[in-house]
Amino acid sequence: MSRIIDWIDQRIPMSNTLKLHVTQYPAPKNFNFWYLMGSLALIVLVNQIVTGIWLTMSYNPSAEGAFASIEYIMRDVEYGWLLRYMHSTGASFFFIVVYLHMFRGLMYGSYQKPRELLWIFGMLIFLVLMAEAFMGYMLPWGQMSFWGAQVIISLFGAIPYVGDALTTWIRGDYVISGATLNRFFALHVIALPLVIVILVFLHLIALHEVGSNNPEGVDIKKPKGSVKEEDKAPFEFHERYTKKYDIVDAIPFHPYYTVKDLVGLAVFLIFFALVIFYAPTMGGHFLEPPNFEAADPMRTPEHIAPVWYFTPFYAILAAVPNAVLGVVMMFAAIVALFLVPWLDRSTVRSIRYRSNIHKANLANLVISFVILGFVGALPPTEFWTVVGRIFTFTYFAFFALLFVYSKNEKTKPLPERVTK
Amino acid sequence: MMKRFLLAVALLLPAAAFAAGYSGPLDKANYDQRDQASLQRGAQIFMNYCLGCHNAQYQRYQRTFEDLGIPVDLGEELLQFTGDGVGSHMISAIDQDASAEWFGLTPPDLTMVARVRGPDWLYTFFRSFYEDESRPFGVNNEIFENVGMPWALQELQGVPRQTYERRMVDGQMTDVYVGIRSDGTGTLSADEFDQAMLDLTNFLVYIGEPMILERQRMGYYVIGFLIIFLILTILLKKEYWRDIK
Amino acid sequence: MSNAPVDKGRRRFLTVATSVVGGAGAVGVAVPFIASWNPSAKARIAGAPVEVKIDKVEPGQLIRAEWRGQPVWIVRRTQTMLDSLSQTDNRVRDPQSNVPQQPEYARNQHRSIRPEWFIAVGLCTHLGCSPQYLTRDFAVTEGIEAGFFCPCHGSRFDIAGRVFQGVPAPTNLMVPPHYFVGDDTIVVGEEEGAV
Repeated sequence: MSRIIDWIDQRIPMSNTLKLHVTQYPAPKNFNFWYLMGSLALIVLVNQIVTGIWLTMSYNPSAEGAFASIEYIMRDVEYGWLLRYMHSTGASFFFIVVYLHMFRGLMYGSYQKPRELLWIFGMLIFLVLMAEAFMGYMLPWGQMSFWGAQVIISLFGAIPYVGDALTTWIRGDYVISGATLNRFFALHVIALPLVIVILVFLHLIALHEVGSNNPEGVDIKKPKGSVKEEDKAPFEFHERYTKKYDIVDAIPFHPYYTVKDLVGLAVFLIFFALVIFYAPTMGGHFLEPPNFEAADPMRTPEHIAPVWYFTPFYAILAAVPNAVLGVVMMFAAIVALFLVPWLDRSTVRSIRYRSNIHKANLANLVISFVILGFVGALPPTEFWTVVGRIFTFTYFAFFALLFVYSKNEKTKPLPERVTK
Repeated sequence: MMKRFLLAVALLLPAAAFAAGYSGPLDKANYDQRDQASLQRGAQIFMNYCLGCHNAQYQRYQRTFEDLGIPVDLGEELLQFTGDGVGSHMISAIDQDASAEWFGLTPPDLTMVARVRGPDWLYTFFRSFYEDESRPFGVNNEIFENVGMPWALQELQGVPRQTYERRMVDGQMTDVYVGIRSDGTGTLSADEFDQAMLDLTNFLVYIGEPMILERQRMGYYVIGFLIIFLILTILLKKEYWRDIK
Repeated sequence: MSNAPVDKGRRRFLTVATSVVGGAGAVGVAVPFIASWNPSAKARIAGAPVEVKIDKVEPGQLIRAEWRGQPVWIVRRTQTMLDSLSQTDNRVRDPQSNVPQQPEYARNQHRSIRPEWFIAVGLCTHLGCSPQYLTRDFAVTEGIEAGFFCPCHGSRFDIAGRVFQGVPAPTNLMVPPHYFVGDDTIVVGEEEGAV
């Protein structure tokens, strides 16, 4: 066995890579619940890729056959219903996990120097994931697939001068049609997943280069020679890390976090299975009822709402009384998140040591986002439009306020070490 | 204000997303997917009355018979009026283009109507037809205004009429709307008709998602397994984390 | 965290137990993925037995039916053709049909229920091409009037679908389960009295 490993190691750096990133990777010992989300997102990504591949085996990407082929999968293919529900539920769980993951980053300042690029890669994953989910939702070719795509693609029509030409080009037709379905299918099953996998890889490379943050926001890498021998973490870490730093309060990722992540995975899978087996449509929020009706270009459903994970952004779009500005604001809502590493000028990372203003502001962001999510799912009445406007304002206010107060924020004194 | 607002959110959310046209109260359909007798009766009504015009084009006869505990040859003989072979999809004998001309639109496919509309809506819908001479087919529906179909189950229900009773209200005799009552010419009594409509709803829920029982049964095992796995991982995690001070 | 010394045995036991249960879970997850490759309900229904009317078939004529998406030949053999089987007996690989390429009731010289009617899946047992039915030119090589010739790799079969020696195909042509309903109908794909 060891001879085989030696043989491989002389040709590719297998053992060294494993040590570097798994068995001798120093992870802060104080990770909490929020730090499970990253590995769970990875698991969901694998689930989406594998079930997705299997679904393409029976799916028919054509305007004539798409809807019927989904029912073929649900009824005629052995366990096809399970594969389909795993995929559709996985899509929603992906966003749940990713939103929690992003919130964790905001809460503990995981975007601050030197983790700006790590945050940017994460945000790019989020952006591509939204495109991926949107195109995937079109594939069943139900009423929501069709009219949802119609509405979202029409957004690009708001761009001055080139809008109309651009939407026609994206659709490949004057309306959403089989041509649109075919190209979205190609993007959904190969192009975007490939981009996501590459971005995830870069995200992990960036993470392991700068090291994980932790709930205290205190570095576990101290300058070389500044730590007494008995204070150093009592584990063997890869020399790549120990050469430059003295490492405190860290444990090797494997086995300690692999076994911890396994617990998280088991709990996650229980929730995942509960939805798949007992509420696959999640009351119409994961799979919307009108989507069980085949696409009909002649008849719009009575109420169009995007799937839940898009509703906050959709609410911002609907809140602005001008088509062009609405689209701009919607994209700005995402772009603002990209800029957080530079908007936040504080040097203290974790919310545990930051001012009450910051805590209130972060709470404001969460409340605004959740309420916008509700508003985006509701039929547009006057009352809800006003609510949407208020919380669009408070959503953007988070970023503006953050920029203002973070410069001279009154923070609590940081401890030297990660406290127990 | 804030309290009222939160209440409004809580009340509006679950149902709000897909309120389709009619937003009044619906009668609860207490159907039971495990009640094969009910499903069989529902299938009988569906095959005899609905399938005359509507399709259930994604569902196969054979699967239906097998899942409902109907011997396949018996089902083929007594319940199957269209298609070649028991393996074929449930498609109406009527030509869809011709019926589009007749009714003004193609009768919608009913395979997943229970997933689109919901069982309660269907159960209420069936019991909300009423006589209305102003409509081309002589009937209207209380929860589906100007419904574009004749009332196919009149034979069972009798002629349904919106009924008023003279009652004393605040010291004055007024006509009070008391709901839809059959004129009694149907083959079923009012209670029997309600039960038949529940059976039909049950059947429509079944063809909407024929694997529903298999799904629920399987979930039981999967989650049982995951709980065992969870216990083991918790023990394993605790064992390893004893190292960490 | 306790300061108790590491209990190696307990740690190993839990690691193994979790791995085994996790492995069983992985196998369980694989089941739907593997099972989904089985023929779907649609394929199984398309593969149901087919009835073929044979009252209009001329002597010497071959008609094709489709069963499970495969061509099934139904040949009404002439007396001359049947006589030729005795001549080919010693030139075919498996004259007694010992290889189970046919139901038991077709394990005879003419490989069928009634000598006049030959029913076979029209796919070469070499690599699955569909052989040609030759009624004249076959004689040039084997001294026999009619037989089957596969254009892909030159395999030859006699009029009972028995493979000749010295060709790539290893076994006789496949005879599907079948039975007669009266004199004018054959059911292909099912044994008599199967349902």
